[in-house]
Amino acid sequence: MTDDATAAAAESADWSGAVFTAMKARGIRTVATVPDGGLVRLLNLCQDDPDLRVVTLSSEQEGVGLISGLWLGGQRGVLLMQSSGAGNCINALSLPAICRMPCLMLVTMRGEWGEQNPWQVPMGRAVESCFTAMGVHCFRADTAEAVGESFAAAADLAFNGGFSAAVLVGQRVIGAKSFQ
Amino acid sequence: MSLTDHEGQLLRRPLIARLLAERDDALVVTGLGSPTYDVAAAGDRAENFYLWGAMGLAAMTGLGLALAQPERRVLVVTGDGEMLMGAGSLAGIAGAAPANLAVLVLDNESFGETGRQSGLTGGETDIAAMAAACGFADSLSLHQEDQLAAAGELLWRAAGPTMVVAKVALDREMPVLPSLDGAFLTLRMRERLANRQQS
Repeated sequence: MTDDATAAAAESADWSGAVFTAMKARGIRTVATVPDGGLVRLLNLCQDDPDLRVVTLSSEQEGVGLISGLWLGGQRGVLLMQSSGAGNCINALSLPAICRMPCLMLVTMRGEWGEQNPWQVPMGRAVESCFTAMGVHCFRADTAEAVGESFAAAADLAFNGGFSAAVLVGQRVIGAKSFQ
Repeated sequence: MSLTDHEGQLLRRPLIARLLAERDDALVVTGLGSPTYDVAAAGDRAENFYLWGAMGLAAMTGLGLALAQPERRVLVVTGDGEMLMGAGSLAGIAGAAPANLAVLVLDNESFGETGRQSGLTGGETDIAAMAAACGFADSLSLHQEDQLAAAGELLWRAAGPTMVVAKVALDREMPVLPSLDGAFLTLRMRERLANRQQS
């Protein structure tokens, strides 16, 4: 590969940068999160941007309330979390569902490819079916290249239609957490 | 209308009416159940957003609204059970430090909506102290009428985030039911705020 091609490949694999760009292009001003290892680069990009506010949560369901309140006040937010946190959000998702508010989420998956902690498996396996049952439109991204465009698609669906939408970033994209 | 019952305990419905009389153009978010009825009874308007579910999220919904509308005062009115279910929110709110957010907890030490079962605040658990320990700018336990001025100061004028926990009687008021249509309530507030910004 030429240097340019190598750089292009690295760029396309930088899903955090692609998501960040898509967030900014859509006027998202607030990021709510319980952090995850898979979110480090994206959260660093957000922290370093003076126009973005990062709100740290004690439980992910709080983020559903937060971004609902932002929408009431005329602003856009996004909730970033690990798959285990998706389970904490289930009843909270009633709020955006019944109020026809956009609830945009990005979930870094655990309990999948190469998982070494079996405690992550039950919720990881249940995220998509639980979210779907609550009316959340799920967009799976199992390659780095797919994450940015999936996020853009989910965001447009959410903000244009008042839907809840989530991008599920497959564990194979992030890499399994090693406990060695 | 008297603010207290024959035992001197504060009555939630007239207390809310009295406190909201000072609201000016403030935005109000209510937790599900009686707080929604109490605020609706004081006058329905576009600046009110009522939760009818999603227990535990009232305070965080208020935080989002306060961050999006930093020029407006935002008041969350909720119950002791709803606030405890969202207790972690107290830390997140203190972290975000919105100067325009206040929380009023109507604490009847009971699950009044579901058969008046005992709640968790009749003993040592003190929600106002929890807020203070989490880093709220100020908090107050409101037990009697002569504290009303201090409570109003915290709710409407002091730099937030602030909390007032009103210890109220476990009484039965007729429900006053505002719209159950969440999409309507949402659009109504968004439209009101958008029109305000244009003018």
